[in-house]
Amino acid sequence: PDGCTRLTTNTNGGPMFVYVKDNKIVRMTPIDFDDSDAESWTIKARGKTFTPLRQGVINPHAQGLKSTVYSDKRILYPMKRVDFDPNGERNPQNRGKSGYERISWEEATDIVANEIKRQRKVHGPGSIAMAFGSHHQWGNVGYYLSALLRFGNLIGFTRVVPNPDSWEGWYWGAMHHFGNSMRVGIPGHYGLVEDCLKEAEMIVFWSSDPESTNGYASGLEGTQRRFWAKELGIDFVHIDPNLNATAQLYGGRWIPVKPGTDPALAIAIMNVWVNEDLYDKDYVEGRTTGFDEWKAYLLGEEDGVPKTPEWQEKETGVQAHVVRALARAWGKKKTYLAAGGLGTGFGGACRNATGSQWARNMILMMAMQGWGKPGVNFGNLQAGTPLDHYFYFPGYAEGGISGELNFTACAVNNYQRMPHVLTMNPVKQMIPRQRLADAIVNGKASGYIWDGSSAEAQFAEFQYPMPGYSPVHMIYRYGSSSFGTIANSDRWVDMYRHDSLECVVNQSIWLEGEAEFADIILPACTSFERYDISDWGNSGGYIHHNTDQLNHRTVVFQHKCIEPLGESKSDYDIFTAVLNKLGLGAMFTEGCSELDWCKRVFESSDLPNYVSWKKFIKKGYHVIPPAPENLRTPAYFRWFAEDRFKDVPEPMPLPSQWSDIAGKGLQTPSGKIEFVSTTIQRNDPNNPERPALNRYVPSWEGTQTTELYDKYPLQLLTSHSRYTFHTYGDGKDSTLNDIPDHRVCIDGYYYWVLRMNPIDARARGLQHHDLVRVHNGRGSVVCAVDVSPLMAPGTLKSWESCAEVDLFEDPRFGRVDRGGSLNLLTPERPQVKNTEGMGSNSCLVEVEKWSYANEELVRA
Amino acid sequence: MKKWNLIIDVAKCENCHNCTLATKDEHDGNSFPGYAAEQPRHGADWVKIERKVRGEGTMVEANYQVTMCNHCDDAPCVKAGDGSVKKRDDGIVIIDPDKARGRKDLVDVCPHKAIWWNEELQLPQIWIFDAHLLDQGWKQPRCAQSCPTKAIEAVKILDSEMSALVEKENLRVQNPEFGTKPRVYYKNLHLMDTEFLGGCVLYDNNGTTDCVEDAKVTLLKDGNSIATTATDFFGDFKFDGLAADSGEYTIEVSHPTQGQAAITATFSQSRYINDILLQV
Ligand SMILES: Nc1nc2c(c(=O)[nH]1)N[C@H]1C(S)=C(S)[C@@H](COP(=O)(O)OP(=O)(O)OC[C@H]3O[C@@H](n4cnc5c(=O)[nH]c(N)nc54)[C@H](O)[C@@H]3O)O[C@H]1N2
Ligand SMILES: Nc1nc2c(c(=O)[nH]1)N[C@H]1C(S)=C(S)[C@@H](COP(=O)(O)OP(=O)(O)OC[C@H]3O[C@@H](n4cnc5c(=O)[nH]c(N)nc54)[C@H](O)[C@@H]3O)O[C@H]1N2
Ligand code: SF4
Ligand code: SF4
Ligand SMILES: [Ca+2]
Ligand SMILES: [Ca+2]
Ligand SMILES: [Mo+4]
Repeated sequence: PDGCTRLTTNTNGGPMFVYVKDNKIVRMTPIDFDDSDAESWTIKARGKTFTPLRQGVINPHAQGLKSTVYSDKRILYPMKRVDFDPNGERNPQNRGKSGYERISWEEATDIVANEIKRQRKVHGPGSIAMAFGSHHQWGNVGYYLSALLRFGNLIGFTRVVPNPDSWEGWYWGAMHHFGNSMRVGIPGHYGLVEDCLKEAEMIVFWSSDPESTNGYASGLEGTQRRFWAKELGIDFVHIDPNLNATAQLYGGRWIPVKPGTDPALAIAIMNVWVNEDLYDKDYVEGRTTGFDEWKAYLLGEEDGVPKTPEWQEKETGVQAHVVRALARAWGKKKTYLAAGGLGTGFGGACRNATGSQWARNMILMMAMQGWGKPGVNFGNLQAGTPLDHYFYFPGYAEGGISGELNFTACAVNNYQRMPHVLTMNPVKQMIPRQRLADAIVNGKASGYIWDGSSAEAQFAEFQYPMPGYSPVHMIYRYGSSSFGTIANSDRWVDMYRHDSLECVVNQSIWLEGEAEFADIILPACTSFERYDISDWGNSGGYIHHNTDQLNHRTVVFQHKCIEPLGESKSDYDIFTAVLNKLGLGAMFTEGCSELDWCKRVFESSDLPNYVSWKKFIKKGYHVIPPAPENLRTPAYFRWFAEDRFKDVPEPMPLPSQWSDIAGKGLQTPSGKIEFVSTTIQRNDPNNPERPALNRYVPSWEGTQTTELYDKYPLQLLTSHSRYTFHTYGDGKDSTLNDIPDHRVCIDGYYYWVLRMNPIDARARGLQHHDLVRVHNGRGSVVCAVDVSPLMAPGTLKSWESCAEVDLFEDPRFGRVDRGGSLNLLTPERPQVKNTEGMGSNSCLVEVEKWSYANEELVRA
Repeated sequence: MKKWNLIIDVAKCENCHNCTLATKDEHDGNSFPGYAAEQPRHGADWVKIERKVRGEGTMVEANYQVTMCNHCDDAPCVKAGDGSVKKRDDGIVIIDPDKARGRKDLVDVCPHKAIWWNEELQLPQIWIFDAHLLDQGWKQPRCAQSCPTKAIEAVKILDSEMSALVEKENLRVQNPEFGTKPRVYYKNLHLMDTEFLGGCVLYDNNGTTDCVEDAKVTLLKDGNSIATTATDFFGDFKFDGLAADSGEYTIEVSHPTQGQAAITATFSQSRYINDILLQV
């Protein structure tokens, strides 16, 4: 009625209607489903009937997106660093300091294409590294695993390989006790919403805040289901140093634990179970191996130290009687263990120094309680809704248009269903993402690969540089998140200024801290300014059936809502323009526009069985009906508990990975849950940090590292931001900045928020919303302090994914960031020797009141 | 005549800020002639969330109250507005974006502090209940539509029906003492303006300390029992809804086999008494 056209889009925080008028986005709202959309499912439990709200429930970071489109941080035209002359002085030492001048697309693509040619001629294959984040604006065509990989393969590049950042401890640890390598070591979730509602009596949230992170990319869909659990009287317990948003909303006993000491707490609970006969003996007997050795460790028969609740008290800060009360309730009640925000995995506790011990213990605890029996499973009602598991639509990890068979899940379905020209990167040289700066500065680095095809793949070390390839002399950076998300990212400053780096290209949407370390900046547009197509929450690949976090499975046409702002272009068009100058444009596009590719994706899926292309575009989305009640998937792991053939729809492990007959037992060598891991015993037998028997090894940056702890007596957690999806919604002059739990505006500057207990604040003379310098040997970051008892004493928590980095010279302290990139302070050490897992989620710091020095700010 | 009301459940609010962001999304960069001029992107929180943290130790809560213009029936802003602020038939209050220009004085007129001064446009502004959308047939304002828990509910009903609802669901308004007759109602507002007294009951179990489940706990004021409850498996109990600074209370705890205890303490704000040890 007001002259707006209502289009649709999809985001990391859910699908939305986009109201557009005169080439301007007026508003973006959640989608209310209408009567013509498929019916919702119903679950009956304990005499009650539950049906979800007929709306796609979105995250705050989605609700704030319009303001990031119209942001004064948008890059509106190509730019060149003023003192970068591709044919003369390049001045790498000034990266991040000198300013930029506007150039034309013609000039920009000339410089980039010529530099690619020069690199190949002068240095040879491998000298160009491509660096990108773990996430992207939602879509299948414009995704980094799609268009970007296709581009990269066509030019050849040294791969900056990601570590399994979301999974860490599960991949390097838990997997070795039960398999599931294709899920990167986390459990699956089929049928668990229904099982939990029908059977469970208690949910233990352990490092789990689904109201903040809601599993992954699934809006706030799980929230209503957790309210159902409360309605049914299911008890909640929260183990977290912070009374997190989930604990705040639903209540339940809060058990604050010192960061990284969780394994000790878990072990003590298991000790009580043994001592008081509160574990499932039949299950342990029939479905596991190695329990006797584990039991001997728990009881202290191995080392003379019984691992009692009293044993853990000083370490964890949790009183012994609380541990006993929890252990008893857990032993007696049918309990769901919500490990991580997803419930079946993740969790900040898997990303710190003891992360793999923690994840391993989560599996061992469930093994003692009969994992897979009714009401005994992993989860927090976040995953496992009864949706249609046989409807195919690609998830982003299937590689979109990349044609990349090895580094995406393209080979599983996408390639056969949407035949497209294969692409391949002939450069085998790789650099671990966390080690990129060291690789450039020191000229060498090594790491371990993230590869879910087997439990063994991770044991092979690789080296950079690799014989036959050139060391890196050019970085093509896509996005600008490193300072906010990479451990000890202070190293990145030195990297960017290193004289071996002859050229840095940054292709970004917003001019954020890291973009300003580039020589050439190419302005990309947002997903609202180009076409795409996608299934809500469908990542594909390693999170098979991630859509099971939703209440309604929804495939969405992502309209080009407005023209790209300024001279920005879609990434696809930027890649095409560069490749045209290398004679590879047609190979890249196959003659297709992005809209053409969307249609090819549509046709490759099962969606045409439900709706025509025309109707789909007109309505903008389609809801896939849930599975009929009699065809719902059984509860996850029930088949294993009952020693039957696997009966849930996950095509894993790979056929060769079953040690016994395919479909029976687990991927482990014994086919059972192993209290003492065979794959560790075989492949990494003498690693004191990863013993086959999961002994407690205190954190290498915690309360027991006395020398460091004396200097830096506060444990800082850097968890996933509740209000932004990683760096995607933060900064950028977005409306999220006005959320007091995200940033606080003081004297006109928006500071990052650091949470602190009143006891610690008093000890430092700090008041609520004082500016503070958070520091350790790695650097200094200025934040605004939020003082409340929601934080346990001795611990601090802030969000990890800051988009801003605003470095300046403080005459008193040297380089200081006031943007809020706390990852400047986190440890880069791999969490466990012989792995490439990050251990950065907890570090030691000190905090003091801070105010501006009298001098004017000088950019550092 | 059916009129608009808002019902906000404090217990269901999780501080996700979808409501504040949806409101900004609607009004940042958009002006709706006759209803509202553009909202500044930053600083002007037409919809706002207040936090109240209660408790200590391991018994802590954070509760959140969404506040906005109450669309009062007896609104000082309407009276002072000289025609620039109108009360619509459907209950919604609108500050006219043309007529009210320059009226900074109106900001102080609102006792609920719900009027924001737009310096750039020289305009007093409030949350307009998204009247421009309701007039086009929308069923609810943006903040309610985007709310994941439906903690915010907009209802268009007769005033008599609303009164019945207030009675039945124990709804309250913000600062009734101002006498402005707000149309924004709250459920569970005690989570914002009362305190609790909690504790943990323990006993000596042959040399180790353990939690006492199912102990009977009685709260006494001036010798009279005012509430009773029982401990959970962590030995925890909680009495909610107490007034701050309300003086001395006694807690009596007893368990048929594990003993009893009594504690008297002065109460100023929410407390958690961590270590009530029963004696046989
Ligand atoms: N301390 C600590 N650190 C952590 C974690 C932690 O718990 N603690 N968590 C880790 C985890 S699990 C993860 S997944 C990582 C995430 O870390 P990152 O992957 O580094 O974070 P993102 O913000 O997702 O980065 C994506 C980048 O790509 C850009 N981008 C997005 N879409 C587009 C597009 O369409 N075009 C272009 N050109 N650019 C685009 C974004 O602007 C952003 O700069 O952080 C990890 N870091
Ligand atoms: N809004 C939003 N949602 C997201 C993301 C985002 O950036 N923003 N990122 C997505 C991605 S990529 C991922 S991987 C997932 C991550 O999801 P998670 O890994 O589950 O999230 P985290 O915030 O890292 O950790 C969850 C909780 O663990 C607690 N915690 C941290 N350290 C410890 C510890 O040592 N012990 C205990 N007991 N608790 C601890 C934190 O206080 C926090 O409340 O979230 C996804 N969802
Ligand atoms: S949207 Fe709803 S739950 Fe979220 S903050 Fe607002 S009222 Fe609370
Ligand atoms: S809350 Fe204030 S601005 Fe709103 S109607 Fe009442 S008096 Fe007027
Ligand atoms: Ca049990
Ligand atoms: Ca609450
Ligand atoms: Mo992640």
